[in-house]
Amino acid sequence: MNELKQQTTVDSKILSVKNLRVYFPVEGSKKSAHKYVKAVDGVDFFINEGEILGLVGESGSGKSTIAYTIMGMNKPKEGSILFKGEDILKNNDKRSISFKKDVQIVFQDPGSSLNPFQDIRQILKLPLKVHKIVSKNQLDEAVGKALDRVELPRNFAYKTPTSIGGGEKQLVSIARALCSEPKFIILDEPTSSLDVSIQAKIINMLLKLHDEQKLTYLFITHDLSLMRNISTRVAIMYLGKICEVAPTKTFYTRPLHPYTQMLLSSIPVISEEEEELKPKKVVSVGEIPSPVDIPTGCSFHTRCNKKIDICSQKDPFMREVEPGHFVRCHLA
Amino acid sequence: MNEHLLDIRNLKSWYRTYQGYAQVVDGVNLTIDAGKKIGIVGESGCGKTTTMKSVLRVLDERKAYLPEGEILFKNQNILKMRETELQQIRRKNISMISQEPSAALNPVFTVGQQIFDVISYSTQDDTAKNKKELTDIAIKAIRDVFIPDPERILECYPHQLSGGMKQRICIAMALVIPRELLIADEPGTALDVTIQDQIHRLLRALVDEKQTALIMITHSLGVVRELVDQIYVMYAGNIVEVATTNELFKNPLHPYTRGLMDCVPRLSGGGISAGIYGYVPDYVHPTPGCRFSPRCPYVKEICRVQKPLMLEIDEGHTVACFRYTDSFTEQHRQEESIGERA
Ligand SMILES: Nc1ncnc2c1ncn2[C@@H]1O[C@H](COP(=O)(O)OP(=O)(O)OP(=O)(O)O)[C@@H](O)[C@H]1O
Ligand SMILES: Nc1ncnc2c1ncn2[C@@H]1O[C@H](COP(=O)(O)OP(=O)(O)OP(=O)(O)O)[C@@H](O)[C@H]1O
Ligand code: SF4
Ligand code: SF4
Ligand SMILES: [Mg+2]
Ligand SMILES: [Mg+2]
Repeated sequence: MNELKQQTTVDSKILSVKNLRVYFPVEGSKKSAHKYVKAVDGVDFFINEGEILGLVGESGSGKSTIAYTIMGMNKPKEGSILFKGEDILKNNDKRSISFKKDVQIVFQDPGSSLNPFQDIRQILKLPLKVHKIVSKNQLDEAVGKALDRVELPRNFAYKTPTSIGGGEKQLVSIARALCSEPKFIILDEPTSSLDVSIQAKIINMLLKLHDEQKLTYLFITHDLSLMRNISTRVAIMYLGKICEVAPTKTFYTRPLHPYTQMLLSSIPVISEEEEELKPKKVVSVGEIPSPVDIPTGCSFHTRCNKKIDICSQKDPFMREVEPGHFVRCHLA
Repeated sequence: MNEHLLDIRNLKSWYRTYQGYAQVVDGVNLTIDAGKKIGIVGESGCGKTTTMKSVLRVLDERKAYLPEGEILFKNQNILKMRETELQQIRRKNISMISQEPSAALNPVFTVGQQIFDVISYSTQDDTAKNKKELTDIAIKAIRDVFIPDPERILECYPHQLSGGMKQRICIAMALVIPRELLIADEPGTALDVTIQDQIHRLLRALVDEKQTALIMITHSLGVVRELVDQIYVMYAGNIVEVATTNELFKNPLHPYTRGLMDCVPRLSGGGISAGIYGYVPDYVHPTPGCRFSPRCPYVKEICRVQKPLMLEIDEGHTVACFRYTDSFTEQHRQEESIGERA
């Protein structure tokens, strides 16, 4: 059996998202009464069990919106989301208790997701209690262990989110997500405000859990050097759509979509050796389009340095150019 | 004596906690001049934000305690200023891009209202601006940070924006009225690298054309390598190494700096490093010696009892570490040769 067939067998997929659209109405002035922010505009992807799928892309392209929609915090306009083969959008958008245990999210902005009126102990106890992970008399010890996992001293249990640093909040959110012993974790920029040493420790801890317990991660980040080292596949988004998906090595060595090439060419690195691995610098020019008025044709054409006549008229289809490598571009 | 735009001298900033004072910032020295770009890198929780909040005097006064130090802005000590003078500094002289957009942006006001407020606050003494003028300035500020559809964004509430858009609104608010000193606290964590690159170009232009001084705080060594002239490395409330950007990447000296560089994930692959051995320090009971000593692979007896002072190794390259003092090297050499014989 070839690789592709294996990937498409039903039971290996833990999550699959089909034709997902999430629109937000534009509020305010009358003249835009019927307009929508097309945050996610027809997205298809799947994640195999035990995979680490990297989701990268432009700021504002809809990555967090996909994450929130999976968690049931946004109502999609269209599309389906299957978790372990079950349609999770069916039940009036309410997620089952088992889904809430199995699927956890680390939010991009930990500052706003931690209740400032609770101390860290209360914050970590909640998932332990709700999902009955340990018995009552073991709660304190479990909180201690949760802090150990992210290398925070145990006396942090008595601090409040307002009296700890930015990076420390991120660590608390990661600790909280791990409390319910989930199977699938969405990590939205989990280490972006940590120093590289703590980042390395947290990532190693996540990779260890991944290996030992066959966890699956949807990993959203802007750090392409980090992504290079941890993901199995990478998907890249631009203006509500996925424009390229490839196994990690292919993504970095044979990027085909002009947006991918532009992104890779702008990575800040720390050595000459790495500079040489980047595609030749593509300086970003042209107007960045609005998700309310998405350009006709290929939505990247206003900034693409390779565009041809057809690009502004016809939206290219996603095409599989080699097994597992999908590109949405007229030139690919 | 040279006058710097900002001159932080032996600053100590502590927090009151139930267990006693958390002695976080521990004698920081830092200077910056007009038209310069410096970077501060360092551990999570080492006191970068605390230092900069001390400069703006925006620390919670009930919790913070500054036992020692001076912060001279154009030779005036900020720590001695009255509230009216401080207001003036915040309005006209220094702006800061906050690390946490969710804390910096008010959830119940639109982006537009918040930008208008910043503009009115900073131009209070000038002739009042009408709504149209305010709107024009705000729209330009949003466009400058590469957010499309500025008119619509003005009407948005913060929760309607993506993480990177909120961050860019904070950048826009800090830049909308140019000041002499811009402190950017992790401004790019939620930005993709092409937008980040464009923001860097914007900052560079500000420094080159308007002679703004820029302090860039970041965990990305790649970003400081691309953007700044000089780098301060901070560990546990101490500045441990200062060098020009080129020099620091060519010849990192402090054991912490080296450890940090080894942890950066590489575009060339090779996996994730193990991270620097050991834990973050206890600020309530700090060691009297080098604060890195519990984690340092080169630690010697003296390191545990005495604080290393900043030592100039090369022109413009200073480091606080006993490894580079004469006595240590002598002792070290002897021990190594004993080790070899054994
Ligand atoms: N609740 C909301 N109401 C209106 N618009 C929204 C809402 N949430 C998100 N959006 C819009 O949807 C688009 C996508 O936002 P999203 O947060 O998914 O981006 P992202 O890819 O996560 O970006 P970043 O990398 O900056 O975090 C943005 O234009 C944003 O303004
Ligand atoms: N209000 C407070 N009360 C007590 N301790 C505090 C308070 N605010 C911060 N701290 C502590 O002071 C230390 C320094 O915090 P600070 O936010 O300055 O670090 P930082 O270098 O900016 O870190 P990061 O890279 O995570 O942003 C941290 O250990 C933090 O826990
Ligand atoms: S379809 Fe055309 S505009 Fe779009 S990415 Fe390809 S070449 Fe560029
Ligand atoms: S002074 Fe000693 S403990 Fe501190 S960094 Fe130098 S060698 Fe290590
Ligand atoms: Mg996001
Ligand atoms: Mg900080």
